[in-house]
Amino acid sequence: MGPLFFVCRGSQKMSKRFFRQSKEKLIEAILLLAASSSIFITMGIVGILVYESVQFFREVSFFDFITDTQWTPLFENPHYGILPLLSGTLTTTFVALCVAIPLGTIAAIFLSEYASHRLREIVKPLLELLSAVPTVVYGYFALLFVTPLLQKIFPDLPGFNMLSAGLVIGIMIIPYVSSVSEDAIHSVPMYLREGSYAMGATKMQTALKVVMPSAISGIAAAYILGISRAVGETMVVAIAAGMQPNFTFNPTQPAETITAYIVQVSLGDLPHGGLGYRTIFAAGLSLLSMTLVFNIIGHWLRKKYREVY
Amino acid sequence: MKTKLILASLFVTLIALKSYAGVTGLVTVDGSSTVFPITEAVAEEFQIANRGAKVTVGISGTGGGFKKFCRGEIDISDASRPIKAEEMQICKDAGIQYVELPVAYDALTIVVNPKNPLSSIKVEELKKMWQPEAQGVVTKWNQINPSWPNQNLKLYGAGSDSGTFEYFTEATVGKAKSSRGDYTASEDDNVVVQGVATDVNGLGYFGYAYYAENQGKLKALAIDNGKGPVAPSKETVENGTYTPLSRPIFIYVNKKSLEKPQVKAFAQFYLAQAASLVAQVKYVPLPAGTYQLVAERLNKQVLGTSFADVHAGSGLKVEQVLAKSPKL
Repeated sequence: MGPLFFVCRGSQKMSKRFFRQSKEKLIEAILLLAASSSIFITMGIVGILVYESVQFFREVSFFDFITDTQWTPLFENPHYGILPLLSGTLTTTFVALCVAIPLGTIAAIFLSEYASHRLREIVKPLLELLSAVPTVVYGYFALLFVTPLLQKIFPDLPGFNMLSAGLVIGIMIIPYVSSVSEDAIHSVPMYLREGSYAMGATKMQTALKVVMPSAISGIAAAYILGISRAVGETMVVAIAAGMQPNFTFNPTQPAETITAYIVQVSLGDLPHGGLGYRTIFAAGLSLLSMTLVFNIIGHWLRKKYREVY
Repeated sequence: MKTKLILASLFVTLIALKSYAGVTGLVTVDGSSTVFPITEAVAEEFQIANRGAKVTVGISGTGGGFKKFCRGEIDISDASRPIKAEEMQICKDAGIQYVELPVAYDALTIVVNPKNPLSSIKVEELKKMWQPEAQGVVTKWNQINPSWPNQNLKLYGAGSDSGTFEYFTEATVGKAKSSRGDYTASEDDNVVVQGVATDVNGLGYFGYAYYAENQGKLKALAIDNGKGPVAPSKETVENGTYTPLSRPIFIYVNKKSLEKPQVKAFAQFYLAQAASLVAQVKYVPLPAGTYQLVAERLNKQVLGTSFADVHAGSGLKVEQVLAKSPKL
């Protein structure tokens, strides 16, 4: 009985260690898989976009794609110029940023530098709630509330226009801008502020001349995040901006953004594999390149202006 | 509500007494947004009469509907134009046979904003406005008719998957699907309603029901086909003067689906109720005798289409076309 018992215990110990080690290995493998899965998925998406776009550019010259000012791929007289969609995307984004950057930045400065701790703890989550509203709700808010309001000021404003869509996207991305900038501003060390006060600076001077510049890399990152969000916004522009490919930078006109086009075409029942179907991928690739450029700029800004304490 | 419920349950009992026990099961319908209001109204009544039955009605446009129909994904396809040769071929290749049932007349309606001074428009003017050559060129109202205002022209219309789009282009421009592309295109007619209702310079087109629903927000233009302006209405559709924009609209029923009792019952119910429900949703019912002919067609399961070769705007009556022998 005795020896057998020991043998058993010994092997149990062995198997326990083995078990623990393999468990560790397994967990490591799962973590690695989880970490790399997003990379693989991104690579897959890029791969498909590029593959289908290459097919598209076999039939449509790249030069036409970036210079033609008409986008009517599904009609009798097809034109494949991305410029109208690009102008729509850039205009709505610009209008959105005109709202989100000033309001978001001011909100961030107020919350971090002026508001009492209690107020901050109440207001910040409330502000973040804005981003919890579904975008389709924002879309109808733009179409049925903001547009009629704007038409009281500009009676000639068409029912679908980029202005109201842009304004509402701006409101929608305020929390993205304010929350990230606020974190950046808040993490500026106290001694910088104290030094500024010691020199006799006012609260405003401290906030604008000392704290803001120190947090600029984080604030820039917040802006870039806001831009990417505005460029990629779909529902609001699909509902309120008019789905009309229109080469103009005038925000009072209806227009179609890249995302709205993709939605419009996917809603219909386009046959798989045709040229019309591939326009989605060419448009998607353009969108991806755009956000990629913004993200690279953001990364570069962050590195360049990074303050290390 | 309560009386409605009581009435409905009485109705159900009545039907049950007539040994016509309510059917159960799912009926799937998809296709034209023009036909949607009728099918939806019929579906509602049908579900009240048959508690166990469920009818789903989608709107992916006539073209989208036929694509699903020929893949066998749906029982019934709503169509605001007859099936096309290519679609017939696809259905044939997939072994799908169908019964074509005209259910109502529609007056395709041209609408503008109520603030627009126009009251009628010539067919040639519509052509000038919508033909592919106008793309990017005709952008002001006075380019079409010098007496019209010097204002931007904002066009709203059906998307390229829509039967209304195909019928409209064939009847005005002369060739189906031949249209400019720089307008606000949507398969959902409510988008067009919203666009024209809120845009002083807007012009759009869709089925009459959507105009009737929104009369306060829109103005319908009378159509001048060389014989003076004719406004869309029940009378002008019935007496054949609202040309070329009055048209029959259809449902197509998959023959195999007719083996399912709920689909068969739904199709029969559709034709029996059409006369009253079609008028309720503001389309123009076919004459009573014609509904009888259509019902016969369903009961005999006459397969194929008689309407596919009829040119848009031909002015032929439904009963005249029904007499032609159908082909698959």
